[in-house]
Amino acid sequence: MTVETTYRRHDRPLWRRLLLRPEAILIFAIILIVVLSIIGIPNYLRPNPGYTFTTLLLNAVPILILLLPLTLIIATGEIDISVGSILGLSSASFGLLFEAGVPLPLAAVLSVIIGGLIGAVNGFLVTIVGLPSLAVTIGMLALVRGIAVGILGTTSVTSFPPEVTSFVRSSIPGTPVPWLIVVFVVLAIVFGVLLHFTAFGRGVFAIGLSSETAAFSGVNVNRTKFILFVLSGLTAALVGVLFTLQYSNAIGSNGNGFELRAITAIVLGGVSIWGGTGTLLGAIVGGLFIATVNKSLQVLGIGDDAIYVITGSALIVSVVIASVASVISTRRRVTTSAT
Amino acid sequence: MTKQSFWSWLFKARELSLIVVIVALIAVTTVTQPQYLFSEGGLRDLLRTPTLYIALAVGQAIVMITRNIDLSMGSILGLTAYFCGNLFHEAPWIPIPVVILLTLVFGAVLGAVNGFLVAFLRVPALVITLGTLYAYRGISVLWIGGNFIRPEWVPADFKKFALSNVFGVSNLLIVALIVVLIAGWFMTSRRTGRDLYAIGSNPDAAVLYGLRTKWLTFIPFVISGTLAGLAGIVYVSIYATGDSKVGLGFELQAVAAAVVGGVAVAGGAGRIWGVALGAFFLATLTTALPVLSIPSLWQQALVGVLIVGAITLDRVFFLIRLRQARKELSA
Repeated sequence: MTVETTYRRHDRPLWRRLLLRPEAILIFAIILIVVLSIIGIPNYLRPNPGYTFTTLLLNAVPILILLLPLTLIIATGEIDISVGSILGLSSASFGLLFEAGVPLPLAAVLSVIIGGLIGAVNGFLVTIVGLPSLAVTIGMLALVRGIAVGILGTTSVTSFPPEVTSFVRSSIPGTPVPWLIVVFVVLAIVFGVLLHFTAFGRGVFAIGLSSETAAFSGVNVNRTKFILFVLSGLTAALVGVLFTLQYSNAIGSNGNGFELRAITAIVLGGVSIWGGTGTLLGAIVGGLFIATVNKSLQVLGIGDDAIYVITGSALIVSVVIASVASVISTRRRVTTSAT
Repeated sequence: MTKQSFWSWLFKARELSLIVVIVALIAVTTVTQPQYLFSEGGLRDLLRTPTLYIALAVGQAIVMITRNIDLSMGSILGLTAYFCGNLFHEAPWIPIPVVILLTLVFGAVLGAVNGFLVAFLRVPALVITLGTLYAYRGISVLWIGGNFIRPEWVPADFKKFALSNVFGVSNLLIVALIVVLIAGWFMTSRRTGRDLYAIGSNPDAAVLYGLRTKWLTFIPFVISGTLAGLAGIVYVSIYATGDSKVGLGFELQAVAAAVVGGVAVAGGAGRIWGVALGAFFLATLTTALPVLSIPSLWQQALVGVLIVGAITLDRVFFLIRLRQARKELSA
């Protein structure tokens, strides 16, 4: 059956194989949306300062960074839905520490470490204790968000030094590209290399396909998963710090629902929710796709609530398509090997 | 040998320990503030708020027993509550029982959407219900906007039902008891109920045995949607008001009540009356927190502690029993 599959895949010419990848389809979709918006929405290219391409990128960056480690976790067949809450706790602790007189860089480092510790708790419960990651991270979703809201109460910290916050929001001189994109690109390269060009990354996919086989092939399954959950916690907390500075607002509800957007981006980008297949590039393009759709909707004056409906439906539709496609291809494969 | 029986006793005695904890919690709170129990409103609230939690938790438990999860219950509660209130307002000529029936059907339809996608298109329940959690909430925000259920919309008879009692037992608590009795009977004594345990404890074996797994995966989501609809009705009857935020985060409380009540996160195990006690405990905790001068802001953190704590303890007990069983086998 494996021989048949390999044969069938390389049956098609290279350009067709490239064009049919989820990444390519999404890039076409993004271009299509931009073109349609330019034609259809009068003020799309010269809108008021709130909706430039710089703000599109600024709004997209938190999700784009958040989805990097999450893609690796989903590729192992696990899930982490506590990332939005970790972002919130990191934001709250960052604000509290800063307000208490801790220097800004130290407050940032401490908040990121807290995030790493929460990731370690997730990893410990999943690997050593052996609980399903879904149940663990649902519990942590409630617990960590509860702590974030509890320590800050209904107040928020907004007294961050304006020179820092305006720098975080600023763009590379002479370009519309915000500095935060540089942070994202560096992290994307790190995670991309880790997933696609190291033994660790091969192990990640191997675990997703079959964790028993991976273990027998010499992959340390528990160590890999533990590292990924810690990375996810660290990254989510880093996003929390950046997000707080970006909007100059530390509040416990920051990052509410971000886990939905990140998971949607990843699944849209062709990463299998059952683990084992997918690319980091696909997940990133998925994130950009959501950001582009959001921008068009915002320029049209459609509010956040409609965007939630659309994101939620996009998640469902993309998994359903992936599921139906896998059923069809399995059937086809069965018929080809039968003939 | 005595040690092993101690652990298995502790594991089996979850319901007993829950009762002890609930009684202790009520006692401590009442000592702090006697009105908590010894006032007309206090006892009434103590006995009717749990209905909301019990309805949600029983629905969640049945889904979790089949190794799935329903994260959209809070959003379904919100949608059905407004549906019910709005129906009273826009169509006052419809008799109350019909309104209740229509709301339950609406909840069932919302649950059936989840069930269809999970069972027949084979998509993980987490992804689908996370999607509908936001989609349903978004729909209710779009529909309701800044509007809210006004107390004068809700018929007096309907509000009175929630306030009255039969022989001192709140009507709503009787509703909860009926739900628990029916669900408990269904899960323990009906063929379909036992099949639900079977597909939760070993899906592959269930297929080989010839169970209709798709159908059996579908049913629990319809049940949980219907029960979320019931919770929406109960919400309207208790509070007679509500905006687009009703039920926000309640799916987590339902999960917490289910795992505290003894439902295994890996599916295949859990008793309905244990879940009902878990829900009762959670409801009591919610009303006791402000009295014990713990700000209600910490409530969500506590829900998280309960989920993480309950699943971790269950797992640890399981590992201990496993080790002892192995020791006995080798001895």
